Amino acid sequence: MTMKTLIAAACLAFGLVGPVLAQEGAHSTPEIAKESWSFGGVFGTYDEHQLQRGFQVFRESCSSCHSARLLAFRNLSEPGGPGFTEGQVKALAAEYTIADPLVEGGERPGVAADRWPAPMSEADAKASFGVVPPDFSVIAKARGTTQQFPWWIVNYFTAYQEGGPDYIHALLNGYHEEVPEGFELPEGKYYNDYFPGHAISMPPPLTDGAVDYADAEEGGVNVPETLDQYSRDVAAFLMYVAEPHMVARKETGFRVILFLVLLAGLMFFVKRRLWAGIEH
Amino acid sequence: MSEHSTYTPGNPFSKWLDDRLPIIRFSKEHLLDYPTPKNLNYWWTFGAILVVMLVIQIVTGIILAMHYTPNIAMAFDSVELLRRDVNSGRVLQAAHAVGASMFFVAVYIHIFRGLFFGSYKSPREVLWILGVLLFVLMITTAFMGYVLPWGQMSFWAATVITNIIGAVPFVGESVLQLLRGGFAVGNPTLNRFFSLHYLLPFIIAAVVVLHIWALHVPGNNNPTGVDVKSTRDTVPFHPYITMKDLYAVVLFMIPFAWFVFFAPDILGHPDNYIMANSQVTPAHIVPEWYFLPFYAILRAVDFNILFIDSKLGGVIFFAGAIVVLFFVPWLDRSPVRSGLFRPLFKWFYALFVINFIGLAYLGAAPADGRVLGIDVPTFSKICTAYYFIYFLVILPILPRFETTRPLPASISENVLGKAHA
Ligand code: HEC
Ligand code: HEM
Repeated sequence: MTMKTLIAAACLAFGLVGPVLAQEGAHSTPEIAKESWSFGGVFGTYDEHQLQRGFQVFRESCSSCHSARLLAFRNLSEPGGPGFTEGQVKALAAEYTIADPLVEGGERPGVAADRWPAPMSEADAKASFGVVPPDFSVIAKARGTTQQFPWWIVNYFTAYQEGGPDYIHALLNGYHEEVPEGFELPEGKYYNDYFPGHAISMPPPLTDGAVDYADAEEGGVNVPETLDQYSRDVAAFLMYVAEPHMVARKETGFRVILFLVLLAGLMFFVKRRLWAGIEH
Repeated sequence: MSEHSTYTPGNPFSKWLDDRLPIIRFSKEHLLDYPTPKNLNYWWTFGAILVVMLVIQIVTGIILAMHYTPNIAMAFDSVELLRRDVNSGRVLQAAHAVGASMFFVAVYIHIFRGLFFGSYKSPREVLWILGVLLFVLMITTAFMGYVLPWGQMSFWAATVITNIIGAVPFVGESVLQLLRGGFAVGNPTLNRFFSLHYLLPFIIAAVVVLHIWALHVPGNNNPTGVDVKSTRDTVPFHPYITMKDLYAVVLFMIPFAWFVFFAPDILGHPDNYIMANSQVTPAHIVPEWYFLPFYAILRAVDFNILFIDSKLGGVIFFAGAIVVLFFVPWLDRSPVRSGLFRPLFKWFYALFVINFIGLAYLGAAPADGRVLGIDVPTFSKICTAYYFIYFLVILPILPRFETTRPLPASISENVLGKAHA
């Protein structure tokens, strides 16, 4: 029995270090590409212009269906974000009506401390779409992409955290007019390559030219007004909504890790010095 | 170990105190003078790392609890608002969540160190048993903590894992209801889990005190497994071991900080950023990575054994996988402690480590998938079998076939031999 186990051991050990790939259940979802994001990796920061454009897409398109209940107006002027001024944020908030049982009439204009109001009640949303469009507060972290076995280990070293924006970008570009042969698309649903199960209740929200960006003369940056660009911008904005303090977090990270590395170096020498006289 | 003390109170007050509560004497004996084998390697620093991790978990946890609301309507948002609106909230929350993972990294290394160097053998059986008890307490605490943010994985992991208790004959159903506070996981479950999650770390801290007490009676084992023979074999705990442990702790903090600041969510599951919903089952329910080996064992039993149905069978193997650890000191019959001097044991041990990692991998694989061309259920059965064969067959029987290498006469001799070789 010892011999047998040894052989089994050798086979297993060899097999595990060999080219191991977990076979996932067969599905026809095309692989979601890793896009390059300004906020990707440990050095990444948000691009102010991109966040402003993404905010515009969110405001003009998505926010008519999706809520963002944890996003406060004031967040939009905080450091590390889209860089709006406090005045701009105040004016923006005032354009929205906030339900407030404490005031007369139950409603008042928004202030910077308010959170983004929901566009419709859950019941209305259910009536229109059959489902409630998911809230956007943390959606960019609530979706992700999966990598096959050895590759996800690499993510630990590159600190890849952008699966959510990659998925959102792919989703918005994944609509098809024609449904693949043999696929039964239920009434009121749309075919999407990347949505799990492919039948999504969200109508394609964006098309080329749908949002009019400010160009360079108006204080923006010239970018193409295409579906691909819109979806990148809104995905970046949603990442920001989910992680508003990412830049500050990373900055602290550099300080902490630098400190730890220096301290470890120092300790190494102290320890070696201390133990120098001892055979061990 | 420390009956004869070298402490002489330096002033009238400490003399007065020493006659009433010899706490200074005690600290000096156990934190400064405690004789430690001088040949300990860095695998022996993980105990200190674990103590530091426990403190970090308790401190960050207490602060998180100040902002957390244990109510199913508010729990999810309270955690997210803590991340966004509390000063340093993002870092505190990440430190606690990543900290749990790092705690388990450290404890697995600590356990496998013990298994290799035979640290569980006489006279350290009680020390080992207390260790296994700590492991059980850690598992329970982490499981309950994971439920608190009330995301989809929290909810469904809680449902699946508590469900297995229902499989226990006779009492299962009533224990299950008691644990959940109802027929399904809901608000009462969340409340009791929060209460227990706050309590258990302090029980862990108390057991750690016993664990270290049980360490200080026989003293440390060491890489040779040979007993300490004279003071030449040891160094005082302070400054030698304190300095070395501190260095290791700082090194351990580097990957910890890496995850906290640069990839705080990478060890978690995206689904846990979706609020719990009892109407929507996630496509693929997976527990946290540190439970995966045991989860794989649970799932491996998908067949009935005589009158025991597969569900109960799974629970028996799952519980058995941990219970067997309590008996390791008596299952291993070899008089030689350290794996370094056991030429055959080494291989079985290496395979055991690979097998354990394999189980973790299988625990995360979808049940209808394939790994290395073998379907997941079959592969899980093979790995589960080896897990138990290692403890129940190999450890007891191997010594009969094994010729161990000659042991050094003492630690000092071994150290000198190394230096001159
Ligand atoms: C007409 C209403 C409507 C608009 C406008 C809209 N959505 Fe949606 N969205 C929905 C609905 C409904 C769902 C739920 C789909 C489902 O579960 O089948 C959804 C789902 C989603 C999802 C989640 C998909 C998943 O994986 O579960 C994302 C991401 C999303 N929308 C992004 C956007 C973005 C970005 C915009 C703006 C460019 C936008 N939506 C505009 C209605 C809308
Ligand atoms: C909260 C968790 C734990 C803490 C804080 C802890 C702490 C410690 C400390 C400080 C030491 C001495 C330093 C060292 O040898 O590393 C130690 C030794 C030891 N621990 Fe733990 N431990 C924990 C869990 C465990 C577990 C789960 C086991 C085994 C199942 C275990 C088994 C042992 C053994 C056998 C020793 C003696 C090692 C030797 O001297 O060779 N411990 N522990």
